[in-house]
Amino acid sequence: MFEFKLPDLGEGIHEGEVLKWHVKVGDTIKEDDPLIEIETDKAAVTIPSPRGGIIMTLKGEVGDILNVGDVIVTIDDGNGVSVAPTETKTEEVVETPVKVEALALSAKKVEALEVESGRPVPAAPATRRLARELGVNINIIKGTGPAGRVTLEDVKLIASGEALAVADQAAKAEAVEKDDSCAVAEFAAHASTAIPFLDIDPMPDFAKEGPIEIEKLRSIRRKVAHKMTTSKILIPHVVHMDEADVTELDKFRREENALREGQGGKFTLLPFVIKAVIAGLKEYPALNASLDPLKEEIIYKKYYNMGVAVDSDRGLIVPVIKNADQKNIIQLSDKIVELAEGARNGNINVADLSGGTFTITNIGPIGGTGFAAAINYPEAAIIGLARAQDKPVVRDGEIVIRKMLPISLSFDHRIADGADVARMVSGIIKRLSDPYTLLLEI
Amino acid sequence: MVMGSLTQDAEVVVIGAGPGGYVAAIRLADLGKEVVLVEESEDLGGVCLREGCIPSKVLINVVDIGNSAVDAKKMGLNIGEVSYDLAKLRKWTGSVVDGLTKGVRLLLEKRGIEIVHGRAQFVNNNTISVDGGKVTLNYKHCVIATGSRINELPTAYDLPLWSSADALKLPEVPKRLVVVGGGYIGLEMGLVYAGLGSKVTIVEFSERLLLGADPDLAGVMIKQCEQRFERILVESRVEKVEESGDGYAVTVDHNSKKETIETDQVLVAIGRKPNTDNLSLENTDIKIIEHGLIDVDNHNRTSVPNIYAIGDVVRGPALAHKASREAKVVAEIIANHNAEFDNRAIPAVVFTDPEIAWTGLTEREAHEQGVNYKLGKFPLRALGRARTMGRTDGMVKILSDPETNLVLGVGMVGPHVSEMISEATLALEMGATLEDLMVTIHPHPTISESIMEAAEVAAGSAVHIVAPK
Ligand SMILES: Cc1cc2nc3c(=O)[nH]c(=O)nc-3n(C[C@H](O)[C@H](O)[C@H](O)COP(=O)(O)OP(=O)(O)OC[C@H]3O[C@@H](n4cnc5c(N)ncnc54)[C@H](O)[C@@H]3O)c2cc1C
Repeated sequence: MFEFKLPDLGEGIHEGEVLKWHVKVGDTIKEDDPLIEIETDKAAVTIPSPRGGIIMTLKGEVGDILNVGDVIVTIDDGNGVSVAPTETKTEEVVETPVKVEALALSAKKVEALEVESGRPVPAAPATRRLARELGVNINIIKGTGPAGRVTLEDVKLIASGEALAVADQAAKAEAVEKDDSCAVAEFAAHASTAIPFLDIDPMPDFAKEGPIEIEKLRSIRRKVAHKMTTSKILIPHVVHMDEADVTELDKFRREENALREGQGGKFTLLPFVIKAVIAGLKEYPALNASLDPLKEEIIYKKYYNMGVAVDSDRGLIVPVIKNADQKNIIQLSDKIVELAEGARNGNINVADLSGGTFTITNIGPIGGTGFAAAINYPEAAIIGLARAQDKPVVRDGEIVIRKMLPISLSFDHRIADGADVARMVSGIIKRLSDPYTLLLEI
Repeated sequence: MVMGSLTQDAEVVVIGAGPGGYVAAIRLADLGKEVVLVEESEDLGGVCLREGCIPSKVLINVVDIGNSAVDAKKMGLNIGEVSYDLAKLRKWTGSVVDGLTKGVRLLLEKRGIEIVHGRAQFVNNNTISVDGGKVTLNYKHCVIATGSRINELPTAYDLPLWSSADALKLPEVPKRLVVVGGGYIGLEMGLVYAGLGSKVTIVEFSERLLLGADPDLAGVMIKQCEQRFERILVESRVEKVEESGDGYAVTVDHNSKKETIETDQVLVAIGRKPNTDNLSLENTDIKIIEHGLIDVDNHNRTSVPNIYAIGDVVRGPALAHKASREAKVVAEIIANHNAEFDNRAIPAVVFTDPEIAWTGLTEREAHEQGVNYKLGKFPLRALGRARTMGRTDGMVKILSDPETNLVLGVGMVGPHVSEMISEATLALEMGATLEDLMVTIHPHPTISESIMEAAEVAAGSAVHIVAPK
């Protein structure tokens, strides 16, 4: 009998939703036949069978959440009991379109930390309390203190890492799955612990008032919920707003598009904005940084990976243009088109969905005069573009019609202050209003 | 005080005002919760204050002073015959208990905690009624802290035998007293009456007294008991108790040999049972486990998520300090703090003479669980302070992990060990190693030095004893 555990699906991915089973109990399969299609927070994955044989059991129905490490299939392969090591050769096992990288990393960390004995680890009461508050299971930490004592630092370190999120998430999913009201209540209590006045009470009975429909919070929707709650609770947001006069830039763009007629895609304003923003980030590195609240450190990133928010059928997806500062307008433009398409049709590499240092979100094509975007945690800022419109503005005492682009920059006030951000936004606007200055920096 | 029939909404209802309940109520109030405390008895403080820990320690203290005075004669103290004034002793005990119960009431009232006197019974998962409907309380959260009561001797229901509560009232000092039960309550009360002048016979069912303690610790105390008690019968079952003259005839079965003991009074101390049968729990979804205890998780939550249970009604040692710690945990959980009963050790103390205390892993548990340990034992005989007191009967022993030297458990017997056990408990909570205990400076000359010395023995480097070569 062969037990197949859900392999590591990539960095930071602990679970996936069953999209489709390719097999059913009793089927005879060959090695490498597709087993299951799983949708993770980041992409859909088809997992092939590592063995041939008869399918004995399957875990999870379509729509269920499976955790990395769960036994999802048992296959009678004619041998006795055996368990596939979790770090299966996933790289080969998992089919395209998902390229899985940095796998086994998180799993290995947990392994290194796992303690076999059931005895509680040595740790002072205050350390134990901190662990509880940070949602860390202290009993799987191998302490660095004398006799394996777990120190405050050990707990903080673990909490800041990905590793333990696995266990916690699994426990939570389990509680929700089992509809274990007691455990769910516990989680609510747990969540509201740190924040005074925060009540997470059960929902009122809406059905009393009228018909309702219930949908489980799953995959991308769930991921967005996690990210946004973290972002809004953890980051003190401040929004700075302004308008850029993009009349000249827009003219230039249209002229170029006319010239390039028939040679590939058209330029939008977006690649120019990316260029202007990167120039701004180089002047104000704090907005390309991240704040580590546990270690009390600011991490400045010396690379510029630009996330571009994309609206897809599955919800909000943020593909990332890596090293955007090293690409010219044409390359940026092509990359945006490629990533946006990939995101919309679900055909995108996991690697293209992580590693961002800053995000641009553009509501312009839909409309709007301005909005306050939520920062893509753990980044330090996000820029929001609304619709560029012809507007009457005053120039040299005259009312003239100019194309104005509303810009809002939401930033983490722990890392940056309003004055610097205002300066940076002014710089961005200056570059956008004068394409020739912008060109000098390209 | 609430009168008439009344329905009231309460954020938190706490049932029982013992060291579990009143502590929970106070902590809850301090955390901003509105609390109603329901208590059956007129006096607050529970068994612990009214008829347990406190009055028993008052009597033990007086008898210890008397015994010490007698012992000190050989050291040069001139003193006549030691005798006790029962009326004064009763009054003194009463005043201590009164002072504390009133203190508890004050602490509760000052916090605006409403106290309802009467018996609480559940109507459903969210409601209790007091005294069959005098007051009805709908609560958001409930804490059950109804404690435990004395087990009666099944063979002698209708005879007016003493319970520990009766004995603590000092009705008289019987010439002869049979104590049924050689656990800590039987021993403590037996020693009190022996000190007051009774000829005490202890009858214990199992193979030795104080079965909960490791044999080497219990052994030191039993030696003392052998001097103070008339007789100690182990492996003996009380078959029947009958009235006989002004007293009783107690028939004991000792390994199938029957014996009848004539006595003036019988004190029954054969354990306690949880007060869970008087609560109409059948009207709730609360799960009951063995011995009528309430099933709870490590948040002391019952199978009904908004009802918690603490103290003697749940698993674990039936001790006041355990109830109080659980009370604080539960209060914090109800106030949405991220608390948990994750204590590494619950110290146990027996106020016999000499005292016995232990915390963390015992040797018996180590054997049962197959835990390897290194033992360091330090006899009080080798300690200056013990000699100055003429109390060299005792020891401290430390169980540690052979690989890491982590302290796993500590046991002690001797004077003042009830106070010293807290250092050992702190060591366990902090995850201390032998070295931590060894380098901590212990004041000289004190009994507490024996903890440091025992750690040195365990680590193989004791200054004050000569290791057998
Ligand atoms: C002789 C003796 C000596 C002891 N010595 C020690 C010692 O030295 N150290 C130690 O730690 N422990 C000692 N104990 C044990 C200690 O007393 C108990 O562990 C402790 O009191 C338990 O606390 P509790 O809050 O759970 O319950 P309790 O103290 O039993 O309090 C429960 C309260 O609930 C009330 N109640 C019960 N049912 C209802 C109801 N339905 N409605 C309303 N009210 C109700 C009762 O009247 C009582 O006041 C001793 C016990 C005895 C008998």
